[in-house]
Amino acid sequence: MANIWRMLAQRLGLGLVTLFVISLLIFGAAELLPGDFAQAVLGQSATEETVAAIRAEYGLDRPFHTRYVDWLGSALQGDFGQSLANRKPVADMIGDRLANTLFLALYAAAIAVPLSLMLGILAALFRNSIFDRSVNALALTSISFPEFFVAYILILWLAQSGLFPSISRFSVDLPLGQKLYNTFLPALTLTLVVTAHMMRMTRAAIINLLASPYIEMARLKGMPPFRVITRHALPNALAPIINVIALNLAYLITGVVVVEVVFVYPGLGQLMVDSVAKRDIPVVQAVALIFAAAYVLLNLTADVLSTLTNPRLMHRR
Amino acid sequence: MQFLITTFWIVFFVAAALCLGWLFRTMIIRLAPTNFAASMRRAPLTASFGMLVILLYIFVALFAPVLAPFGEREIVGGEFLPWSSEHLLGTDNLGRDMLTRMIYGARNTVGIALATTALAFVVGALLGLLAATVGGWLDQVLGRTVDVLMAIPALIFSLLLLTIFGTSVTTLILVIALIDSTRVFRLARSVAIGIVVMDYIEAAKLRGEGLWYLITREILPNAMAPLVAEFGLRFCFVFLAISALSFLGLGIQPPTADWGSMVRENATLITFGDITPLLPAGAIALLTVAVNFVVDWKLHEASGLKE
Repeated sequence: MANIWRMLAQRLGLGLVTLFVISLLIFGAAELLPGDFAQAVLGQSATEETVAAIRAEYGLDRPFHTRYVDWLGSALQGDFGQSLANRKPVADMIGDRLANTLFLALYAAAIAVPLSLMLGILAALFRNSIFDRSVNALALTSISFPEFFVAYILILWLAQSGLFPSISRFSVDLPLGQKLYNTFLPALTLTLVVTAHMMRMTRAAIINLLASPYIEMARLKGMPPFRVITRHALPNALAPIINVIALNLAYLITGVVVVEVVFVYPGLGQLMVDSVAKRDIPVVQAVALIFAAAYVLLNLTADVLSTLTNPRLMHRR
Repeated sequence: MQFLITTFWIVFFVAAALCLGWLFRTMIIRLAPTNFAASMRRAPLTASFGMLVILLYIFVALFAPVLAPFGEREIVGGEFLPWSSEHLLGTDNLGRDMLTRMIYGARNTVGIALATTALAFVVGALLGLLAATVGGWLDQVLGRTVDVLMAIPALIFSLLLLTIFGTSVTTLILVIALIDSTRVFRLARSVAIGIVVMDYIEAAKLRGEGLWYLITREILPNAMAPLVAEFGLRFCFVFLAISALSFLGLGIQPPTADWGSMVRENATLITFGDITPLLPAGAIALLTVAVNFVVDWKLHEASGLKE
């Protein structure tokens, strides 16, 4: 048991270090600005005095490290400073949107994970059959499609006939059923994009295992193929599959940006895109930090879970 | 009913694609020199269809000014005109000819994606091979840097960098190339690590060959096969990333004709059931599918797997 705790602490520590370096990178990137922050804000109207005033307002006259520590300290307490575009606190702009984005990502994951596991296992079971080939070709095709293409095809196909709304009206106080209905198309788009990856990797993981001697043994003693998969292959394929799921959930984080823009969904991704166009650096930094933290956490979880499901790593001699 | 029609079209397109692939393959087998024809004979229909599509795109990109009926930025009529004999695909939101912009898009979008991939490859592969050959602290420094850069989701990172440096084609190419070179670095390093320990490298070192000779003459030729396959896949990722950014309005800027931004500009038409905005998106999808099919075949062939 002591081993596991040490391992967990190690991974957690490594994750924290990564997050710290990322925050440094995100904050430090703004320093690379040609000229500086204040000149970028003012643009054409920059005069000596106004630049100095902005510098004082945002504390740019202080050295880099004190500003960074301040920024990180208040970010940890949920205060991301002030937006450049409309002088509102960034935290207020993010608040609800973070919850909305999480809702959409979870919704998509809830459909995509069971679906792709099932398809992956079936494809591995009937490999080289017509079913396997067509599922594979379909997966390869949908990996190659840009997200917005999938989204617009779904709009044309399902929203044109009036089945689902093409613009997802969303607010926190809608009843759950209405929320699920309104956001069905964005969730389906994300599902399609992610399922292909997950299904292909699940299939590969299981087929890899099917070549091992103990599977052949199980088959030779007359076990039905479905039982071979569920009892012998699946427990050992768990580690790679967990990895696949976590990696793709991490992928959802970026996929969400484009999909939110297509469906005008009030989430973090859309906020980020708008802020990039306005060059609203504090908002972009805050959103980037949140996305990156979620990404690192998911990868960390995958790492820990896949170790926990592998007895050889758990009880290392 | 709508569903049946859609299904019919999908089946029709798949069948047409396979037929084209078959025709192209038979033609190549007849015309090409023997050793190439022999490898084509074993190519699956998907791969030969992919090759046909890639050749077609190259042709269109090279001869865009000859093929296009109007100028790239020329306003030729009213806004959002429907398909007609004069404007085969109608006009866009500013009254420019849609077909013309599709054709020029092949040149701009694919060209920029190719340039970006090439840049990412030169930087990533060189640094990766260098890290593997030199080893020691250089390897450590480069490896850790790449680890950190890869810990941030690619799209988010590129959005951050584009905010800071502003949106222009040059920054777009540099930013995407930087992000993708980390992935190339990983692959090049891991391939080269296996080669560096070979005896012939040892022999070359004892001969007193320099670092540049070692990398370009001894290691690179042996690492070429996986790198070429990676080039195809990387191109797809870069192409999709650039299109996504252009679609978000942050990539290739108007008035340059580009497929990603064309979807964005004309997206309103979709709510009226017009499929015109889907054409540039489909053009992006078709090329990525084609490249994927060819790479899939090449990888399968290189791995020596037989069904």
